[in-house]
Amino acid sequence: MRFTRAEYCVIACAEAWRGAGEVLASPMGLIPSLGARLARLTFAPDLLLTDGEALLVRPDGTPEGWLPYRQHLELVAGGRRHVMMGASQLDRYGNQNISCVGDWALPRRQLLGVRGAPLNTLNNPTSYWVPRHSRRVFVERVDMVCGVGYDRVAGLGGAARFHRLARVVTDLGVFDFATADHSMRLVSVHPGVSVEQVREATGFPLAVPDDVPFTREPGAQEVRLIREVLDPAGARAREVPEGTGS
Amino acid sequence: MGDKTMTAEEVVSRLASGMTLGIGGWGSRRKPMALVRALLRSDIGDLTVVSYGGPDVGMLAAAGRIRRLVTAFVTLDSIPLEPHYRAARERGGFALTEVDEGMFQCGLRAAAQRLPFLPVRAGLGSDVMRVNPDLRTVTSPYADGETLVAMPALRLDAALVHVNRADRLGNGQYLGPDPYFDDLFCEAADAAYVSCEQIVDTAGLTKGAAPQSLLLKRLSVTGVVEAPNGAHFTSCAPEYGRDEEFQRWYATTPWPEFAARFLGSDEAAYRAAVRDWRKEEERKEEER
Repeated sequence: MRFTRAEYCVIACAEAWRGAGEVLASPMGLIPSLGARLARLTFAPDLLLTDGEALLVRPDGTPEGWLPYRQHLELVAGGRRHVMMGASQLDRYGNQNISCVGDWALPRRQLLGVRGAPLNTLNNPTSYWVPRHSRRVFVERVDMVCGVGYDRVAGLGGAARFHRLARVVTDLGVFDFATADHSMRLVSVHPGVSVEQVREATGFPLAVPDDVPFTREPGAQEVRLIREVLDPAGARAREVPEGTGS
Repeated sequence: MGDKTMTAEEVVSRLASGMTLGIGGWGSRRKPMALVRALLRSDIGDLTVVSYGGPDVGMLAAAGRIRRLVTAFVTLDSIPLEPHYRAARERGGFALTEVDEGMFQCGLRAAAQRLPFLPVRAGLGSDVMRVNPDLRTVTSPYADGETLVAMPALRLDAALVHVNRADRLGNGQYLGPDPYFDDLFCEAADAAYVSCEQIVDTAGLTKGAAPQSLLLKRLSVTGVVEAPNGAHFTSCAPEYGRDEEFQRWYATTPWPEFAARFLGSDEAAYRAAVRDWRKEEERKEEER
């Protein structure tokens, strides 16, 4: 069977929640949402999911709890959560920017603002999803540190004890920070992507092991769930179209 | 017990240029838009606006009424980036205090509890510390010795919020899934003005609704305005969802054109203008 790039991305996102246990999965973006729900329906059945607003819901939509924003913020501070955020910029130590591009005082492009990124990154495991891997996103230095990277927590002492950047998933591959200096490392490339292509699209030196595996294929049950249950209309192809990738 | 009902114009008459104004709701959700529109019809400006920002911020920024904005984000939800806010930021239209969502909540809480600050882990290591050079840290006096952010109280001169129902005394009720932070905004403010879809008798509040839906206590509410559809074009569940078509028009129309067409007269004129706009759009749709 042939799988689309978007389907590899869904699998790679789902894997972020493997072994997470009974915590809230907070995916932002379509493909991370598909990944979280896929994980919940297969190898991570204890995950909690929201309806995107104030309800905790089972995969069929049945409400099982209440989580308004005020409680969501408390829950983040309590740490029982793994969030996958987007990133307008991301650097080699995992500093993330969603606030603005250029000088903060008079930005060239105003974006969302820091949102909850400072809170998230100091309190619960954080992953990132980047649908278009490019040098515009993967930069040497982000313009505004919203999500906190490993070099920035080094001096924080005890307040940094809950900081963990689990993985970065892009349309080209999967990355983590499991190097001696916590700089970003290539973990796998999606089938059809070369290591050289990833290096080319990354604006800083990337840690690359000698052997880079391919991102795993979806299993038969996973493909069925993605195509027939979670995203029958194929919206995933709009977030990661075929024939792109850098 | 006093009747606190008033008009949106009376609310605005109690506000003044230079005030620090908290605005409830969240993004493009249950924003006190009728009160914001009344504010836009006045000449009040030079405001410090404290808001989980949505079109309330976009409109006030476009109209040049903001001196400083305190926020964690500004978004229209279904349109991620608020175009009028963006434009104002990119031309240096006002000063910005950018903090994290959790820090923001802490600041309101500190104000509500009359504390100078509350400790919070969020913000450390991020550029929130760089762009807010006045922010200080506080060190735990206990064995852990942990250093945390001392988020200062976000004390407000006035708060504007919108809920589903209220009585004349200022007891306010939300009927949707999320209270957002409207009670905190009211408690953090010297004066709080609540608009609602409907004013009901006090006994009517708990007919068919649980007591925990009574979000706002009259002791922290100064004025009550009956403003049906008063959150338009943001959502006000369960009464109505976001008016996505109108929001899209707001987001894609030059501000002077939007303001001239919708913000000239009063709330009744606004509603009439929205009805006319809708008819016009439907006509265009039929012609296509």
